[in-house]
Amino acid sequence: MTSVTNAEAPPRVSPGRRLSTFFYRHPRLRLAALLALPVGWMVVVYLGSLVVLLLSAFWDTDPFTAEVVREFTLDNFRDLFERDVYRDVAWRTIRMAALVTVADAVLAFPIAFYMARVASSRTRNLLIVAVLMPLWASYLVKVIAWRTVLSSGGVVNWGLEPFGVQFDGLSTVGLWLVFTYLWLPFMILPIYAGLERIPNSLLEASADLGARATTTFLRVILPLAFPAVVAGSIFTFSLTLGDYIAPGLITSEQFIGTVIYQRRGENLPIAAAFAFVPIVVMILYLLVARRLRAFESL
Amino acid sequence: MVESRLTRVLLRLGAGVTLAFIYLPLLLIGLYAFNRNVTQEWPIRNYSTRWFRVAFEDEQVRDALQLSLLAGVGATVVSLVLGTLAALAVSRYRFFGREVISFAVILPIALPGIITGLALQATILDVFGPLGLSFGLATIILGHATFCVVVVYNNAIARLRRTAGSLDEASADLGADSLQTFRYVMFPQLRSALLAGALLAFALSFDEVIVTIFTAGAQQTLPIWIFATLSRPAELPVVNVVALFVILLSIIPVYIAQRIAGAGALATERTVRGPVAPTIEAEP
Repeated sequence: MTSVTNAEAPPRVSPGRRLSTFFYRHPRLRLAALLALPVGWMVVVYLGSLVVLLLSAFWDTDPFTAEVVREFTLDNFRDLFERDVYRDVAWRTIRMAALVTVADAVLAFPIAFYMARVASSRTRNLLIVAVLMPLWASYLVKVIAWRTVLSSGGVVNWGLEPFGVQFDGLSTVGLWLVFTYLWLPFMILPIYAGLERIPNSLLEASADLGARATTTFLRVILPLAFPAVVAGSIFTFSLTLGDYIAPGLITSEQFIGTVIYQRRGENLPIAAAFAFVPIVVMILYLLVARRLRAFESL
Repeated sequence: MVESRLTRVLLRLGAGVTLAFIYLPLLLIGLYAFNRNVTQEWPIRNYSTRWFRVAFEDEQVRDALQLSLLAGVGATVVSLVLGTLAALAVSRYRFFGREVISFAVILPIALPGIITGLALQATILDVFGPLGLSFGLATIILGHATFCVVVVYNNAIARLRRTAGSLDEASADLGADSLQTFRYVMFPQLRSALLAGALLAFALSFDEVIVTIFTAGAQQTLPIWIFATLSRPAELPVVNVVALFVILLSIIPVYIAQRIAGAGALATERTVRGPVAPTIEAEP
């Protein structure tokens, strides 16, 4: 054994310094130290919660006390399939999601096109902010605003009065309008990004080959922008499927969200089982979207 | 330009109509806050600021505001810590499961809010409850932080991608320990990104209602108070005032964040409830 003794006194090493050296020598441990908190949080709080939700879909409730009974059962899912109520509600919600998606695509396209291909870069940046800001304004407040606008004494009916028309805004049609409004920016932004990526040379080539503007639009721009529309539709579709506040405030009709919301207190297992419907629909939707190359335009 | 003159005029018109559609309801809520009458009729006949007084003197509103602010600050602090750590790990290391982290961070806002909410409610009831955590401020923060992490993470990682890891190494070579390197080298580069992320996280938390209803128990945040009070027509004028206030308090931080970090900072959250972000390049 040879012990090396330094002639000079070793430099004073602070604990922080020593820790740094240690971590520098063990980068894996440093990585672990960085990841421990965020990964721990996500796994314990979020993924853990999802697992609990999935499990509770297979539990039962005591019909008298409404207490959750932790015994495995498929009854909740049998109920979902066999009882017309749930099927009707699921269909109504999916239909609503589809109609909202179509309306948003139609409304979003012109402004996205204007932003991407017509506006100057200054106007474009202003418009991006103008489209993004309302996304952050309270969702609930926007729903309330629409409730006021659509109600019998609201702006819409005031505007229709001279024509002798009465519009029942607090209805399924009204809800369709509200959803279209709420998710519109989610559709505008992907379409804008998709349109912006189309090289000008393609459009010029189309014109050079003798295509008129409408032909170029229909046969060049639209096919190229379609994946972006699908990308936007992921948001409009998913958000409509899971919403319970807007349907509750605008209509008396039941949607997937409102049913889950109402059942959550009295029968958590059936609420959890019903929550599978939007999850499964969204998974299928995402699979189709991937087929249509929508992810590349996200 | 390929587009003809007429197309451009029509497009401009279409864009204008869409913008009006987006902003009119928000403006109307602003106007209704000044409506003197209790009935919510259009056109508004008498304007006054009397309901502002009523709102500010309302005990429930004040309590709810206090809870919302506490929850917002709590969620912001937690998501700042978690988001920064995760962003540092993902940007500076290659490891198995790296992609999974970005995905896991986005998932809470990618899935419909009701699923996140229901899942958290079931877990608080069954798992955290027996461990001594009951519904209240802590569980509200728990839920909010979970979906706020992504805004901090996205802002931090976008910045870290543009800064060189060699600076950290240089700092270490010059004798700085990890904390000093973070404080004097990394933090100054990250500061504005983190500030923008924090403002967005606060804005996101402050007006959240879909998940909060499931995690708040009997407590009322400001949005929950609005939701509960909507069924009482006599109090609608106060609701309108509070609604205007909530809009301002969520939009002002967002506006500042956008000034600090560019419009791209905003595009990372709600526009991006899906798996990947549509990136909008609008750097200042």
